[in-house]
Amino acid sequence: MEVGMHTDSKSRAETGAESGPRGPGCSLRHFACEQNLLSRPDGSASFMQGVAEKSREQLIRNTCEAVVLGALHPRTSITVVLQVISDAGSLLACCLNAACMALVDAGVPMRALFCGVTCALDADGTLVLDPTAKQEKEARAVLTFALDSVERKLLMSTTKGLYSDAELQQCLAAAQTASQHVFRFYRESLQRRYSKS
Amino acid sequence: MAAGFKTVEPLEYYRRFLKENCRPDGRELGEFRTTTVNIGSISTADGSALVKLGNTTVICGVKAEFAAPPTDAPDKGYVVPNVDLPPLCSSKFRSGPPGEEAQVASQFIADVIENSQIIQKEDLCISPGKLAWVLYCDLICLDYDGNILDACTFALLAALKNVQLPEVTINEETALAEVNLKKKNYLNIRTHPVATSFAVFDDTLLIVDPTGEEEHLATGTLTIVMDEEGKLCCLHKPGGSGLTGAKLQDCMSRAVTRHKEVKKLMDEVIKSMKPK
Repeated sequence: MEVGMHTDSKSRAETGAESGPRGPGCSLRHFACEQNLLSRPDGSASFMQGVAEKSREQLIRNTCEAVVLGALHPRTSITVVLQVISDAGSLLACCLNAACMALVDAGVPMRALFCGVTCALDADGTLVLDPTAKQEKEARAVLTFALDSVERKLLMSTTKGLYSDAELQQCLAAAQTASQHVFRFYRESLQRRYSKS
Repeated sequence: MAAGFKTVEPLEYYRRFLKENCRPDGRELGEFRTTTVNIGSISTADGSALVKLGNTTVICGVKAEFAAPPTDAPDKGYVVPNVDLPPLCSSKFRSGPPGEEAQVASQFIADVIENSQIIQKEDLCISPGKLAWVLYCDLICLDYDGNILDACTFALLAALKNVQLPEVTINEETALAEVNLKKKNYLNIRTHPVATSFAVFDDTLLIVDPTGEEEHLATGTLTIVMDEEGKLCCLHKPGGSGLTGAKLQDCMSRAVTRHKEVKKLMDEVIKSMKPK
């Protein structure tokens, strides 16, 4: 699979997209995405969201394996390389979003898109979506979910800290609402990219 | 003839059983395998436990040593878990550095210890800033037949309940630690986290306590670690097919009943042990 090289640096900058100011119901931080910024790999994307290794790799790999239609590419190895440029909290969710966008950019057939959302519960039970590094450290519990785009089902979850069953359902519902914003952003950024070329 | 069909079409063979709401080994979808636990069998360790979940066998040994407490938390000790999946437990593991599954299991057990606060790390401190206990918990799988995380969590809990630490006093004149081996105290175990694992089949069916073959055929796994108050220490779902909120609720209720079963079993065993 080869993707055409962009020799015009101006057009490369325009393939990026930035999300608008936060809507009233959504409390995710500002995010931006740029695609096809590396010429060598088949597909690439950088995802910037807001300003214990093998375990995280396994989580991301299993999430990708669940959505990628591997049967269409037998005897093929798909390598996803994630490089952390800066960590301002919600790292795993950001990695999942970057992995999904990179797979889309590479043209890998998938049965659904997926996105990562992080929730933090602080000491008095208040829910904070997309916490900063400071909020994560001070939280009683931090829950990270990966949700698919078709039915908002839970693909992956990893949690830290102690929380009750009711709080889990509350976080899951909030994450499902927030994932709609992320999927809408995916759609807009892809539309913007393909409408230029 | 059934053996031939099983080799050629393992998934279809399995589906025939699932249609009748049972599994090849005769269990129902929500039934666990026979669980047995043997506490305190290793005399050279400070605490030990052997757990068998059907054929899956995990042994946990806890050794306590002295160490200097960390500089950013001078009143805390350490609990260091390590899960080892040697080639003797299954043909899918090779000898050499720990594979991915062993590392993920070790990280999982470390998270459970951290999240559930099973031991208050301050209890392990002997002299703030100078001396603290470090508990090395080694979990070794002797036979791998699926559901390793449940067995490891149970073995760790049982072994920690069995640990006896000798009393240590710091001699003011020599500033050396004096260990009194005659006087030993049990650890203060604050919560009892119990893990319940599920395997997801064909995106819809959830079965409890998967065997090795079932794990191989499953499209996803889910592990819930719950303590006695119904609080969740860990919801570990490493990818795999999606689950709706309603299915998660069913899993929670099963995890609550499993916690009661495991706690009852462990209390019976500890009560039946003769005091040393």
